[in-house]
Amino acid sequence: MKLIYEKSQPGRRGIGIPKPDLPVPEVPAELRRAEPPRLPELAEPEVLRHFTELSTRNFGIDTGFYPLGSCTMKYNPRINERVVGLPGFAALHPLVDEEAAQGALELEWELQEILREVTGLDAVSLQPAAGSQGELTGLMLFRAYFADRGETEQRRKIVIPDTAHGTNPASVTMAGYELTPVKTDPRGNIDVDDLRGKVDEHTAGLMLTNPSTLGLFDENIEEIRDIFHGAGALMYYDGANLNAVCGISRPGDMGFDVVHINLHKTFSQPHGGGGPGGGPIAVRASLEQYLPVPVVAREGDRFRLEYDRPKSIGKVRAFTGPFGVFVRSYAFMRAYGPGLREMSEAAVLNANYMLARLKDAYDLPFDRLCMHEFVLSARRLKRDHGITALDVAKRLMDYGFHPPTVYFPLVVPEALMIEPTESEAKETLDAFCDALLAIVREAAEEPETIREAPHDRPVRRLDEVRAVKQPVLKYGFEHHPAPGATSVAR
Amino acid sequence: MSYLSLTDADRDAMLATIGVATVEELFRDIPAGVRFPGELDVPPALTEAELQRHLEELAAKNTVDEICFLGGGIYDHHVPAVVDAVLQRGEFLTAYTPYQPEMSQGVLQAVFEYQTAICELTGMDVSNASGYDGTTVAADACYVAKHVTGRSRIVITEATNPQVRQVVKTYAPGFGLEVVEVPHEGGVTDPAAVRAAAQDGAAVIFQTPNFFGCLEEAPELAAAANDAGAMAVAHVDPISLGVLEAPGNYGCAMAIGEGQPAGNAMSYGGPHYGFLAARSEFIRRLPGRIVGETVDVAGERGYVLTLQTREQHIRREKATSNITTNQTLLALAGLVHLSLLGPEGLRELGETCMALAGYAKERLVAAGLELAFPERPTFKEFAVRTGRNAREALADARAKRVYAGYPLGRDYPGLDDALLVAVTEKRTIDEIDRLAEALAR
Repeated sequence: MKLIYEKSQPGRRGIGIPKPDLPVPEVPAELRRAEPPRLPELAEPEVLRHFTELSTRNFGIDTGFYPLGSCTMKYNPRINERVVGLPGFAALHPLVDEEAAQGALELEWELQEILREVTGLDAVSLQPAAGSQGELTGLMLFRAYFADRGETEQRRKIVIPDTAHGTNPASVTMAGYELTPVKTDPRGNIDVDDLRGKVDEHTAGLMLTNPSTLGLFDENIEEIRDIFHGAGALMYYDGANLNAVCGISRPGDMGFDVVHINLHKTFSQPHGGGGPGGGPIAVRASLEQYLPVPVVAREGDRFRLEYDRPKSIGKVRAFTGPFGVFVRSYAFMRAYGPGLREMSEAAVLNANYMLARLKDAYDLPFDRLCMHEFVLSARRLKRDHGITALDVAKRLMDYGFHPPTVYFPLVVPEALMIEPTESEAKETLDAFCDALLAIVREAAEEPETIREAPHDRPVRRLDEVRAVKQPVLKYGFEHHPAPGATSVAR
Repeated sequence: MSYLSLTDADRDAMLATIGVATVEELFRDIPAGVRFPGELDVPPALTEAELQRHLEELAAKNTVDEICFLGGGIYDHHVPAVVDAVLQRGEFLTAYTPYQPEMSQGVLQAVFEYQTAICELTGMDVSNASGYDGTTVAADACYVAKHVTGRSRIVITEATNPQVRQVVKTYAPGFGLEVVEVPHEGGVTDPAAVRAAAQDGAAVIFQTPNFFGCLEEAPELAAAANDAGAMAVAHVDPISLGVLEAPGNYGCAMAIGEGQPAGNAMSYGGPHYGFLAARSEFIRRLPGRIVGETVDVAGERGYVLTLQTREQHIRREKATSNITTNQTLLALAGLVHLSLLGPEGLRELGETCMALAGYAKERLVAAGLELAFPERPTFKEFAVRTGRNAREALADARAKRVYAGYPLGRDYPGLDDALLVAVTEKRTIDEIDRLAEALAR
């Protein structure tokens, strides 16, 4: 398919601009644009058609099953899109007086209240733009907390299990901390013996996803809590997997001091092809004074923004956060009410059902019930037939499914990480399991079919090494190769 | 619950397959001491009709029907209808990061086209797929500069958006960076002051048009940074780049900015997108997703996420950033808007904003107000002295249904009587006359 720049014709325009009968002030010559940017030139119908065609080369939850582990690809209710577009929300400027934004502030305050209840913690900041930024913000709160105790130099280490998302160690470095990795035990929990030797007066805290990226709830969480709190350290909960435990177990009750909530996972903000997200954090009262400003506060039936927080870490993003995300997630929560528990129950039931159907055909590294997701290994297919997890993923596309997450977590070889979410019908789960079982048979009978998959997507397997070695990161205009012009030996 | 499909019969069959009697049993790994005993104390469930009414009631408590001259980083530009139509395509809206390129050519190609548009606007060689907003990309730029230069001081102009400065200062301690601000003089930054501050600096960040709407002597500021061996980072408004020179064409190492003016509703501050573009030598230090072109096994052109060894899922604690979820959908909106505009439309849009802002200046001066920085050329925004406390002037204007601007005293002591007035192409001559009338002395 052509790039939009390849469809461009000089002189075409997609939208008109009002032209008042007024002089245009001069821009000083040294600041004036010399050569115009080469943006595409198309009329409006062709712009719409271009992006519509692009959309047909994409796959979303609306298209079909999308069991991308760790990403919680659940249904995105369309009422949420309708209400986020209400002019009272969409046309509201973020710098208006609080008095002109009472509805927005009330919504934010109500959202905070629900997040407090779901996490079992005391105070919330909605500001972080995504889970990763919530992590970094949480670690900044750790720093502020220990600075107040005169322990900045003493406490330098953050403990992270080897199953963690890559964002956790990356956030540790960005926050100026040092990483202490801890192992996983044979049941898929944190190895408590390994942990005990690594937590001491130099430890600032723990970052943990629970249930873990293996989809397993850490059975020793109370002991882990005692180890950290006993050492005067804090605990950070990566809320990526909160969809498993809403109304069932709360991070605050598990002992965590700071939690981020991925509004785009558990609370259905559409993932948008990569974003936007929302990563509010909830904290224990002892950390509240360090939260970013402004803080949304309530006084009687009025809502206001509080800036006067002398111990605040500052700001991690503009304004109060990604407001449109709040509207959608708040609407989602209000549609469920206390039934959020049923949501998590259905997510966990769906995952366990698939696990039960698949665990004999694939390898299950930790033979337990799972929570909202599970990790299988394709190592037997690789050993016996040379079929890798990547091959399985590509073949699933031929069956009409988005593949699961592959090669993560790193502790499982040839990992297939499957998260169905609560949104799916049993028939869908069965069809997906049938496909994975069929692929096991195909691996023995016709492995080439798998290796050449996918067969009916807009492109076949792509040369990712070439993309790195000869990076082409933007359109090259007259120097750009035409589509299909490159011939490569097969 | 209408979002859930499982029937009682489904549930029974599934539990039987699993080999447990109840759903409750599925949670047996959760220790009793951390189980939540009761029912969540949250408001009751609403049907779709009730939900719509409730959200409409909340929306009605916001005031959005005043004539908007507020800017300060977020602007009331027209968002074309085609943008909405594209963003509501479920294949874009409900997809995630294109980890599986064969399923995601649509969004991958769109991001490649977006990267191209950002590079064209900024005169840079490479753009990432988006950052969170116009504040966080500044923090990202600091992290790049720290690693590229090995230095630990960030210089930022005081005339840069206060929230951008605040976010940079919040991130800096974790990065091991110190932040120095260069004050403005008469609404712009003195290149000599930047030159002095930039010695041993990792980066010089300046906004142009700056927070006061004034055009900085940007080439001079960039030269001051470059001469000191610091990275010159321009924070720019995408809508200005049809009329103002691209940062890449006057020596900047990076260009960053808030994408909202191109394609996003104001939406009380988000979600929007930040853009970050750089010269090619810094590619491997850039944060975030980057899409590259390649070919498939049949030689057909296709697109993939690339240079991923920079990223957290590969490099973990040594990554260039922790970013995962970004702002792709909002960046797509920007691309659609820019594609509709084309080069001519973008220039005309900038010229219309400038013409209307120029008219607003004239009318306000005629109404007895003074420009705060009359000598300085501006783009679509400018500061005006109301002759009294700007908050009072604002309140009086609001009584006439005009939201006259942003009181600069909130961030700049000494400017307590000044309002920052933004004029987009949506404003009319009649509306500007009403602004002048509402603020007249």
